[in-house]
Amino acid sequence: MSTYRISPLAIILTFGLAGAASAADDKNGLGARPGLGLPITNEDIKPWDITILPDGTNLPPGSGTANVGAKVFVDKGCNQCHGEGAKGGSNPALITDEKMTPGDIFSNKTIKNFWANATTLFDYIRRAMPWQAPRTLTDDEVYALTAYILAGNKLIEENVLIDAKSLPNVKMPNRENFIIRFPEKI
Amino acid sequence: MRNGNRRGGINSADIEQIGGNGLLHRRALLGKGLVFAGAASIGADATGAAAEPLKDAEWSTHQGKTIGPKGGLSKYEDLTVRVLSNPKGEPRTQHARTPHHLLNGTITPSHLHFTILHNGIPDIDPEQHKMVIHGMVKQPLMFTLDRLMRYPMVTRQTFVECGGNSALMFSNEPVQQTLQYLHGVCSNSEWTGVLLSTLLDEAGVDPRAKWMIVEGADTAALTRSVPLTKAWDDAIVVLYQNGQRLMAEQGYPMRLLLPGWEGNMNIKYVRRIMITDQPAMTYYEARNYSPLLPDLKAYKFYFVNEVKSFITHPSFGTALKEPGYYEISGIAYSGSGTIKRVMVSADGGKSWADAAVQGPAQDKAFTRFHLPWRWDGQPAVLTSRAIDDGGNIQPLRADFIKTRGQSPKPMTNPLAFGNNHYNSLTCWGVNTKGEIAHVYI
Repeated sequence: MSTYRISPLAIILTFGLAGAASAADDKNGLGARPGLGLPITNEDIKPWDITILPDGTNLPPGSGTANVGAKVFVDKGCNQCHGEGAKGGSNPALITDEKMTPGDIFSNKTIKNFWANATTLFDYIRRAMPWQAPRTLTDDEVYALTAYILAGNKLIEENVLIDAKSLPNVKMPNRENFIIRFPEKI
Repeated sequence: MRNGNRRGGINSADIEQIGGNGLLHRRALLGKGLVFAGAASIGADATGAAAEPLKDAEWSTHQGKTIGPKGGLSKYEDLTVRVLSNPKGEPRTQHARTPHHLLNGTITPSHLHFTILHNGIPDIDPEQHKMVIHGMVKQPLMFTLDRLMRYPMVTRQTFVECGGNSALMFSNEPVQQTLQYLHGVCSNSEWTGVLLSTLLDEAGVDPRAKWMIVEGADTAALTRSVPLTKAWDDAIVVLYQNGQRLMAEQGYPMRLLLPGWEGNMNIKYVRRIMITDQPAMTYYEARNYSPLLPDLKAYKFYFVNEVKSFITHPSFGTALKEPGYYEISGIAYSGSGTIKRVMVSADGGKSWADAAVQGPAQDKAFTRFHLPWRWDGQPAVLTSRAIDDGGNIQPLRADFIKTRGQSPKPMTNPLAFGNNHYNSLTCWGVNTKGEIAHVYI
C-alpha cells in the first residue's frame, strides 16, 4: 500500500521522538490538542505490518507450490489438529469437498465452499498458525501451505506457483454470494 | 386515578389488568404503595407467618470476619459464576458466559462479563505495550499507555455482544437451558477511555480512506476490518471497565470499543490500527461472522447487534413457588440506539402490556424493564419485545426465521454456535406447577 510521505506541515505539528517540547510550552501550536502520539516510521512498523488486503497489497516476496506445502504441513505439525491430508481432525478440515445444503443455515462453511478471497488464507496462516507458534513460518512456507490448501481443494492446478501476483487472482467459487448487511455504515 | 386511601396509595381496584394472564399496569410500580382490597392476604398476615418468636441468629451474636483489601461476595453466592466451554485450555477457543438469570440491574460485574478468547489470556506488561496508527495517514504514530493516560477521557455504558450470542435460538426446537447458555455472551459495563477520533485526527487520516484494520497483541493477532464511519462516530480506546483498569481477559491494557457492534470487532489488546481504502476480509469476517442464509447466500459486514430483549426474572432455572404477585423483569438493548419501549406478554403474544423502562435509558446499553404480574396458577407464556428510538422492533420468531432460517434438527450442544445475529423473542412457558420451560410461540 502506498503511504504518505511526511509532509512538512506534519513535521511541524508533531513532536520529535525525543519529545523535546513540552505541551505547556505549546511551541508547536497544538492548542487544546494533546499531541502525545510519538511519530514512528513505516520502516519501524514493518515487523507488525502483516495485514494482506484482498487486492494483494502487502503480500511479501516469495512463493510456494502445493507439493512443498504438503511437506511443510507435516513438518510443522499442522496435521496434528487438521488431520492427515488436511481432511480434518480435532480442528476443521482445510481440504474438503463438503457442500452447503440449501435450507441448512448450519452448513459447514469451508474454504472451498464459502471463503471469498484466497488472500485470507495467507493472512490467517501467517498471523495465527501454527497454533502453538504463530508467526514463525517463513513467507515461502506460508505461500507453500496456501498453495497446498488451494490445490487440494482444486481451486488451482497442482503445479501453480503461488506468490504475490498469482494469489489475489485465484478465483474463489462463492465470492459473489455475499450481501452487505449494513451498506450505509460503510 | 382515585386516591381514596389515607396513605395516598393506589387502590387495587384501580390497577386494571392491562394484558392477559394477570399483567398489571406498570404504574403499580410507581412507589406510591399498593393497597389491595382483597381480604385474603390480610388474613394471612393476621395469623402470623412465623412458627415461633423471632430470635437473634448466630451471626448476630459475635464479631464478623476482618475486612480485607479486596471485597468479596457472600459464600452463599458462590454459584454466581460463568460457565466455561474449555476449562482446561485445550488448543481451541475458550468461552465464559454471563449468568443473566442470577443478576439484576444493568451493569455486569467485571468478573462475570462474558469473554471469548481464541488463544488464552495474554500476560501483557502495560509498560511495554504499544499501539500504532499507520497506513493512509499523514504521520504514523505510536502510543504508549503512559501517553494515552494523559488524553481527555470519556465514560459511557455500553453492552458488548458476541455475534454468536443467542445462537441456540436458531434451534428448530427450543433448547432447555438457562439464559447463561441462551444469551450469555453479552454483557454490559461502564467503560472509560480515549475517543479514537482524537487519535486519528492527530495522525491525519487521508480523506480517501474508508476502513481501519484493527489488530490485537494476542497470540493470534486477532484482526478485523472496521469502517471509519464508526471511528468518527463513537469508537473508544478503552482503558477502564466499571471504574477499574480493564480485566486481563477484556483486553488489558487497552481495547477497542465499538458501542453496539459485533463483539469480535471490539479488538482486545489493540496494538495496531491500519487506515486503508478497503476491508482486509480477515478470517473472522470472511468466515465466522458472515451468517449463512437459507438460500446459501450470506451476509457480510453484519456489524450491528440489533434490538433485543429477554426476561431474566422469572426465567428457565427458576420456578414459581406459588400463585400470586411477581415482578417480571428483564434486559433490553439495541446496537442502533436507545431502548424506547418494551412490551411484555403473559399469554404468548395474544395481548401485550407496556413494561416500565428503567430510565434514563442509555444509548447502546442494557436497559432494565419491569412489569408487575399476578400469576393465577394457570399456564402462562411470558415474553418481551423491545423497540428502540429508531423504530426498530424486535422481530417475532416466525418472521425472523422466514428470512434467516433455523437449524434443520434440534441443537443438542448447549455451547454450540452455528449462525449469528439472532434477535427474536425469548419465551418462558409456565405450567400449573410453576415450572418454567423455554418455548417458542
